Amino acid sequence: MRALGLFALVAALILGTGVLQSWNSALIILNMGLVSAIMSLGVNLQWGLAGLFNVGVMGFVALGGLAVVLTSVAPVPAAWAAGGGRAIAALILGAAVITLAALAWRGLAHRRRGLAVAAILLVGLVAFRWVLDPATAAIESVDPAATGYLGGLGLPVLLAWPVGGLLAAGVAWMIGKTALGLRSDYLAIATLGIAEIIIAVLKNEDWLARGVKNVIGLPRPLPYEIDLQQTPGFAERAAGMGLDVTTASTLYVKVGYSLLFAAVLVAVLVLAQLALKSPWGRMMRAIRDNEEAAEAMGKDVTARHLQVFILGSVLCGIAGAMMTTLDGQLTPSSYQPLRYTFLIWVMVIVGGSGNNLGAVLGGFLIWFLWVQVEPMGQWLMGLLTAGMADDSAIRNHLLDSVQHMRLLTMGVILLLVLRFAPRGLLPEK
Amino acid sequence: MDLLNALVALANFVLIPALAYGSQLALGALGVTLIYAILRFSNFAHGDTMAIGTMVTIFVTWGLQALGIGLGPLPTALLAIPFGILGAAALLLLTDRMVYRFYRAQKAKPVILVIVSMGVMFVYNGITRFIIGPDDQSFADGERFLISARDFKAWSGLDEGLALKSTQAITVVVAVLVVALLFWFLNHTRTGKSMRAYSDNEELALLSGINPETVVRVTWVIVAALAVVAGTLYGLDKSYKPFTYFQLLLPIFASAIVGGIGSPVGAIAGGFVIAFSEVLFTYAWKKVLGYLLPASLAPDGLVQLMGTDYKFAVSFVILIIVLLFRPTGLFRGKSI
Repeated sequence: MRALGLFALVAALILGTGVLQSWNSALIILNMGLVSAIMSLGVNLQWGLAGLFNVGVMGFVALGGLAVVLTSVAPVPAAWAAGGGRAIAALILGAAVITLAALAWRGLAHRRRGLAVAAILLVGLVAFRWVLDPATAAIESVDPAATGYLGGLGLPVLLAWPVGGLLAAGVAWMIGKTALGLRSDYLAIATLGIAEIIIAVLKNEDWLARGVKNVIGLPRPLPYEIDLQQTPGFAERAAGMGLDVTTASTLYVKVGYSLLFAAVLVAVLVLAQLALKSPWGRMMRAIRDNEEAAEAMGKDVTARHLQVFILGSVLCGIAGAMMTTLDGQLTPSSYQPLRYTFLIWVMVIVGGSGNNLGAVLGGFLIWFLWVQVEPMGQWLMGLLTAGMADDSAIRNHLLDSVQHMRLLTMGVILLLVLRFAPRGLLPEK
Repeated sequence: MDLLNALVALANFVLIPALAYGSQLALGALGVTLIYAILRFSNFAHGDTMAIGTMVTIFVTWGLQALGIGLGPLPTALLAIPFGILGAAALLLLTDRMVYRFYRAQKAKPVILVIVSMGVMFVYNGITRFIIGPDDQSFADGERFLISARDFKAWSGLDEGLALKSTQAITVVVAVLVVALLFWFLNHTRTGKSMRAYSDNEELALLSGINPETVVRVTWVIVAALAVVAGTLYGLDKSYKPFTYFQLLLPIFASAIVGGIGSPVGAIAGGFVIAFSEVLFTYAWKKVLGYLLPASLAPDGLVQLMGTDYKFAVSFVILIIVLLFRPTGLFRGKSI
């Protein structure tokens, strides 16, 4: 009942945006709200269901973005010819070095293995760079203004969504293998670090996805507005609905994305609900509430943690791929931890950790506020400073700083919820 | 001669910068470790505490500069640090009163406090950006160099110059003074001893009549002082940008954990371990090796193990290694 009321409120807020501002802005909020809800479900799976403290959400979201480039962009044959084979060889060599180090760690006697593994890794790093560096230089010099990277596989962009999940799963497996089992706040620091490293790789490895030069014009699963406008019959149908043809085409594309995203969200939500209610979900909650007792009952705590950590990260990866598809470009410098990690946490905590519907609600509600706090703040500041002279330095500074209000607002919301409704808007049953 | 040149190049590009950076990290890590020892949670808002305290220092510095008050060759910011500490201490005490105290009374789990500190981080970050904006600010003045590369070359007759920025020297000197003061306080004053007792065994400390709220308040004030000194020194040495301070969170936590979280000595050791490894791994060794190796073996490339942009990866890897093999850190942390 409460859930119904709160979801109706969010719907009313988004519809209100449509009526008061424009339907395009309402759909933009709705689409990112759908993506945020999936990310928030992922974090809820890890934190709400299993009590794992992952603050590396940004990294998995960015991996999803990378997946879109690697899957959907057409390959660059000249770059492949210049250094593709060597780059692949370097990556295989890197993987081999790490495997060798892991094997040495398991196989060697206790006393000498530390030095041996360190030596393998150091020599491996030098060899890896020796193979990789000429390849990257060659690839990056292929028409650097337009390409300068290997490109992708040229597959349909929708395939990139599961691929994003797979990439995230791979990295989550590696992190989980090393860092799970650490104390909760150590895991937090470790995931924070991984996210920064993933972003650093995206920014610096130009041969992979052009780094800070960005990849723009990614393929879309939906037609371009301009093509729609020239489709015979589209203009007539738009006129029939009382819309001009430009607005109609933008709305058409955005509604298309909404439907695609909603389908993914519904599927994920249904699976998450089934998982929550299944014996597996009960076991996860038992582990969360009392690890020792669950372990004594014969549950493999570490393996279950690894499993749920990977599942949650996969959702973040899929959502990240969806987001990059929606944006149509990959811009590594736009990944900021406050926006892509900590904001998702606000969504989960405000919505109600442990409750999937709560996570979805938090995703929509917090995203709506994140977008709308700025115009609201602008209006408020305008009101507060109305009495000041137009050229007053204070007034101008206040008006310029309004954009930073959203961070402040999110912090205050998080603190208020933690204090007065620590279980969130929709508490776990 | 070549050996001397190599040593000078090494000192100029590796030892001195790492020493300064290590001092800044050590001061930051001391703050994190004190909060952990007394309040028993990892404070994610620490980077932003540094940013906000440094912001106050910067405003006072600008005010002093406008009034024409300065320290001659030393940066004016040194005069402004006490004001920054006052501002940060007031803010932290207010935060404790309004936010953290409630959870302390409830005996909330540490992880809840970590999430609470994420909320505080958002608020501080918003305040900083709201007041001073997200851009770079410069507030350093005074002599730029204690030893300039040109003077050194003329004096020594070597090919390599050794430059010692005054901010680097000041960083190390101030850090040593602050750390000495902190250790004297913890070991020789009544309040300091009660802090150590509280950290060691809360119940026993309460039984012997130590007032926990006093201990907590004193801790916040000390943390404010450490954060502002660390932040100001970092800002003088490099530059002030709020987002950079947020990013310092990772190396600072790595330092505290590597040293053994909760242990002040460990925090200092950890700071230097992290700083030196970051610089050693991201330094291009071409120049030093060029002096040391015979000409036929001189390297063609930069001989850089990793790009400077991957310095986070270095602190991260060290952190993971220490956590896996010695989870309590180098100095067996947990209490002060």
